[in-house]
Amino acid sequence: MTNLVEIRGLTVEATTDSGRWIQILKGIDLDIAAGETVAFIGESGSGKTTAAMTLLGYARPGCRISGGTVRVDGRDMASLSEKERAALRGTTVAYVPQSAAAAFNPAATIMDQVIEVTRIHRLMPPDEARRRAVALFHALSLPDPDGIGDRYPHQVSGGQLQRLAAAMALIGDPKVVIFDEPTTALDVTTQVEVLRAFKAVTAKRRIACVYVSHDLAVVAQIADRIMVLRNGAVQETGSVDDILTRPTHPYTKELLHAFHPDTGGRSAPPVGDAAPLLEIKTLSAGYGPPQPNGQPLVLAVQGVSLQVKRGTNLGIIGESGCGKSTLARAIAGILPACKGDIQFDGRELWHSAGQRSREQLRDLQIVFQHADTALNPAKSIEDILGRPLTFYHGLRGKARDARVDALLDMVHLPRALRHRRPAELSGGQKQRVNFARALAAEPKLILCDEITSALDTVVAAAIIDLLKELQRELGLSYIFISHDLSVIEAICDEIIVMYRGQTVETIIPSARQQPQHPYSQLLFSSVPKLDPTWLDTLNSDADRMRVA
Amino acid sequence: MKTHSSIGTFAAWSGYRINPVGLVSVSVVLFWALVALFAPHITPHSVGEMIDADYFGPMRPGLWLGSDYLGRDMLSRLILGARYTVGISLAAVFIACFTGVVLGMTSAVLRGPVDMVVSRLLDALNSIPSKLFGLMVVAAVGSSIPVLILTLSIIYVPGAYRFSRALAVNIDTMDFIMVARIRGEKLPYLIASEILPNIIGPVLADLGLRFVFIVLLLSGLSFLGLGVQPPYADWGALVRENIGGLPFAAPAVIVPSLAIATLTISVNLLIDNLPQKIRDRSAS
Repeated sequence: MTNLVEIRGLTVEATTDSGRWIQILKGIDLDIAAGETVAFIGESGSGKTTAAMTLLGYARPGCRISGGTVRVDGRDMASLSEKERAALRGTTVAYVPQSAAAAFNPAATIMDQVIEVTRIHRLMPPDEARRRAVALFHALSLPDPDGIGDRYPHQVSGGQLQRLAAAMALIGDPKVVIFDEPTTALDVTTQVEVLRAFKAVTAKRRIACVYVSHDLAVVAQIADRIMVLRNGAVQETGSVDDILTRPTHPYTKELLHAFHPDTGGRSAPPVGDAAPLLEIKTLSAGYGPPQPNGQPLVLAVQGVSLQVKRGTNLGIIGESGCGKSTLARAIAGILPACKGDIQFDGRELWHSAGQRSREQLRDLQIVFQHADTALNPAKSIEDILGRPLTFYHGLRGKARDARVDALLDMVHLPRALRHRRPAELSGGQKQRVNFARALAAEPKLILCDEITSALDTVVAAAIIDLLKELQRELGLSYIFISHDLSVIEAICDEIIVMYRGQTVETIIPSARQQPQHPYSQLLFSSVPKLDPTWLDTLNSDADRMRVA
Repeated sequence: MKTHSSIGTFAAWSGYRINPVGLVSVSVVLFWALVALFAPHITPHSVGEMIDADYFGPMRPGLWLGSDYLGRDMLSRLILGARYTVGISLAAVFIACFTGVVLGMTSAVLRGPVDMVVSRLLDALNSIPSKLFGLMVVAAVGSSIPVLILTLSIIYVPGAYRFSRALAVNIDTMDFIMVARIRGEKLPYLIASEILPNIIGPVLADLGLRFVFIVLLLSGLSFLGLGVQPPYADWGALVRENIGGLPFAAPAVIVPSLAIATLTISVNLLIDNLPQKIRDRSAS
């Protein structure tokens, strides 16, 4: 039997700003049989999405497929004309994007967009297409499959939208489907549902899948084979078992290692004799105009109390919308809390940042999730790091330059980066700069709001190691907010589980304490394990919890 | 091919990519700026002197651009007109855009009542038709160069304000502004250092566009006789004076129109083709 996909000696080139061409994919060979799922795994910039896109015959603007063949169902996508490729896209090969929210048109109903492929290719009459779409919604276990098509994209959740994007890809009955990091932006609890749905549908229709991801555990659930990419070259290809149990290439070992963060590294927290650094009592915060009872319209955080001792770390975990970021914003004073007390370093803090003194602002820094938007794209790294030095410490000229160098050293970035702009750095580098800016203030407490969520596993693990190292050197405390349990367990002395604006449980990892509250149990059990059978054997407590 | 390679080497040497269109337009703008600067020294005749027996005379040696409706030298009048057109318009556009952009960014950053009051006031100003406003002010105060500059800038402040406020509101929602706010930064730093560098491109394009509008409005006012007063004339006034020459295809009416066109088009092309810094990560 011939393979459905045959890639031979594929190279892709990209042009630089000054017009030079550089090879970004360096000779890739791959076969995929019908019904088989191959995962492309690697860090950001490794070329995994570029490689997957060539199956559509597509290279991003500024790039070109410069050599080799990409045979999909017997036809070479690399040499076809654009018109012939367009005829195959959606019917033979289909694509599920990373961010379904950005892939849907907010002004059209979901059904119209899902069946658009059948209209473009004149595959079937609209009524039949609608019936097929509803059948797909059933198969992807979407709630209210008959009615969901009439809604608009903003009326469904992120996980549902991702499954709808898959329905859009599957309606043309493709033989090959490309999933480009479809669950990266989702919560662990939602990710489980989406993965289950994908796996069931593709297995039933014997679709060949390419699954692009940087998460080895997710890939272990869904793939038959794994191809590890780095710097545009294949490092290793093998079955899931081989890669997970007998990795041969150093990079694969690094990936596996990143998945087992070093949890034993943290010593027991110092004895709590001193006064806590931060103490919060029955804090409430929310959004919207104030109501007659003095509270905002929507309360996102309700009566949360917590304590952070000097030199220890607190983790806050929960799914999207549970209020964990709102809590961080309330502590930082961005969103003034409507009720409760914040005590920092023995003194009462104003609820609004505008009223706090410069010293108080300096001692409590916040690091935002998206380094892309948290760094001013128009300024050089030097200016970004230098401003807090001048602002808080009055450093100028040589002293400031020396301190910027020291900060770059601290976060393990080459000093030559200081003249670059944020857009010229990788995601991990940007996050380090983002963090170095907080360090520049010499704070006592740093609020880290999902700072590793946008990064791939290897880079995230490196950032976590960096945070630990800096804590040892500088005696900082962190409040670490994340939906990723493994990250939190690696760094925190105490974990608070938040659900619907309230804390449901406090867990101390070093005491090997097991979660008691049903929601914590669901959250902890939803974290993917490297075991390939994990998804199939996961008990359905999750579903029961969700219904309740 | 030769010029292309020389541009290429210049780009490699300076680190900036310069567009040939930008190069041409910058020379046109510079040319008019120099003409305006040295006008009194290079006019062959006095502006008011009638030297041609015929009116609407053709181009000929000694009268390189022909003569106007009174037989005055068109070249001299055009050269001196550049002074008024370029000078008044530039001054007005800078005042208008500076005021508008600063107010716009301030409103975006401060939000709330400040934004409300400033926006409504400027909206009210915006609702007065620009020509009518100009006519009214000039009729009330009389026409002089400072009055013209101020009137023209006031007319164009609301537009610049709206434009920059819309841009700044988008930037204001970014996390880096939040970081600067909770660092305790004050308004001047926020607008000058965090917001302005991110909106400078569109703001410059807007400045170019507004410059064109001001040149046209000034020409329009002069055309109505409310701009620069005789015997001096800006380009718009030159067109009006000589409009009677249109049936004779007199250079006296065509030349100032061409001058207005070259200046306004060049300013816009220049702003669209500013030198770009080449940022090649892998090369460094």
